[in-house]
Amino acid sequence: MAQKTIANVTVSINEEGYLENMSEWTKELGSELAKEEGIDITDKHFEVIDFIRNKVEKGETLTIRAVGKSGIVNIKEFYQLFPGAPLKKATKISGVPKPTSCI
Amino acid sequence: MKKLLVLGAGTAGTMMVNKFRKALSIDEWEITIVDKHRTHYYQPGFLFIPFGTYKKEDVIKPKTDFIPVGVNYILSDVDKIESENNKVLLKGGKILIYDYLIIATGTQTCPEETPGMTGELWQKNVFDFYTIDGAVKLHNFLKTWEGGKLVMSITEVPYKCPVAPIEFVCLAEAYFTKKGIRDKVDITYVTPMSGVFTKPKATKMLGDLFVDKNINVITDFYTEKIDNENKKLISYDGKEIDFDLLTVVPTNMGDEMIARSGLGDELNFVPVNKETLQHEKHKNIFVLGDASNIPTSKAGSVAHFSADILFENFMSAIENRPLLSKFDGHANCYIETGYGKGSLIDFNYDTEPLPGMFPLPGIGPFGLLKDTKINHYGKLLFRWIYWHILLKGKEMPIESHMTMAGKEK
Ligand SMILES: Cc1cc2nc3c(=O)[nH]c(=O)nc-3n(C[C@H](O)[C@H](O)[C@H](O)COP(=O)(O)OP(=O)(O)OC[C@H]3O[C@@H](n4cnc5c(N)ncnc54)[C@H](O)[C@@H]3O)c2cc1C
Repeated sequence: MAQKTIANVTVSINEEGYLENMSEWTKELGSELAKEEGIDITDKHFEVIDFIRNKVEKGETLTIRAVGKSGIVNIKEFYQLFPGAPLKKATKISGVPKPTSCI
Repeated sequence: MKKLLVLGAGTAGTMMVNKFRKALSIDEWEITIVDKHRTHYYQPGFLFIPFGTYKKEDVIKPKTDFIPVGVNYILSDVDKIESENNKVLLKGGKILIYDYLIIATGTQTCPEETPGMTGELWQKNVFDFYTIDGAVKLHNFLKTWEGGKLVMSITEVPYKCPVAPIEFVCLAEAYFTKKGIRDKVDITYVTPMSGVFTKPKATKMLGDLFVDKNINVITDFYTEKIDNENKKLISYDGKEIDFDLLTVVPTNMGDEMIARSGLGDELNFVPVNKETLQHEKHKNIFVLGDASNIPTSKAGSVAHFSADILFENFMSAIENRPLLSKFDGHANCYIETGYGKGSLIDFNYDTEPLPGMFPLPGIGPFGLLKDTKINHYGKLLFRWIYWHILLKGKEMPIESHMTMAGKEK
């Protein structure tokens, strides 16, 4: 398990750069993680992040479709906020584990 | 009389009523199963229909052939479950009361979820093979197709039988080679996932196989719509893929009835305890097969393994004992790779598909993540096993829980 100092706090991350412990996440940390992904974070990003962290806390499965039905963004807007691979990027920035497709 | 009600007489529901009719006293328990269709389809056989290996007759039988004596079979569409009142409403107004309910209504394809999918080109140049109708029409199309760009696209996850589209492109590759037009067909496999399969070792093995077979792979492609006029598949982030023939796995969803009953997630799959298969809130409801949201493959093998667990837990529940049987997510899938060969993967919630040998007393061993002839025979043999052993709820020489025996870490 690697350690990394971001936004003046030291956190544990896995080999893919995802936080090991979602409770170590802060908003400042989220902004820094977003920068590393080339994203300038906005309030809209934080709304999506809240939604994601909530879902994960409840142990629910996270899908692009679920984010698209959250009422916060539709799928197209989700792609615009987190270009390329929105779910992978958004979960990383939200400090939650990378979602695994369970098939 | 206590009442056990099973919704859906597909793979899962049929297995369950067979097991329970043997175990529960006919004087104490009334068992009823409801399904809206008369015909039982051997769905794994759909894969072989486009290539003419199986015909429609090879994959259908009347559902009633598999419902044991002493079980009521009702042919009807379920309208709604009223879980607060232990009631099920059927279309047409009939009401069924239950003490225990097993939901086994599976998953179905919803092409209309994707704009343009059921447009002008639907079943002309755009096909699915997850329905008997789609598979037969695709077969007719392929008979006279002279080649071009074949795109196999997965629309949404999860979808049932995650290896079926992989098998489809492998079989297509072999089919076109045999027909002598392989050089005229460009095959591309498109998936919203980040690899051909989800877990690293299987992704590597299958990815290498695709390289050998000259099948292109496009990952992280999440389909937004289909442009019928220009024959293009378009993603949410504006990427485009041209096709002449598009085969799709449309979005898979649980039945609408689940949504009407307020029991589903955003894809109408029923959240359920992934170990006990019991509903978290309504303790007299269990969910089996593709209808549930447990995080493993939607496959007949999973329905089969978890049926044993559900059976044990149900017997405990009716005697007020704790539910001690825990499902591990065990899945076991044969993968047809073409030219009379196949591969096999065996995994669960925690263990990814690993290479090695899979022991099966009397028939095996089969090679795991290996491309062999015996695996292909395993797949063909499975149709017989399905009709004669599996649906009837008989014992199979294979453990419900995954075993590490033979696997290489
Ligand atoms: C092309 C293809 C290839 C496959 N290959 C394999 C394979 O190689 N190995 C493997 O293990 N699995 C394979 N599968 C998957 C396997 O067929 C399914 O996972 C399995 O059949 C699931 O069983 P089930 O009982 O949950 O659902 P189903 O067998 O689909 O049954 C659900 C039943 O519920 C009924 N129903 C639904 N809603 C209602 C309602 N409102 N009212 C009344 N009735 C209703 C339906 O009519 C249906 O009969 C494949 C599937 C496909 C499509």
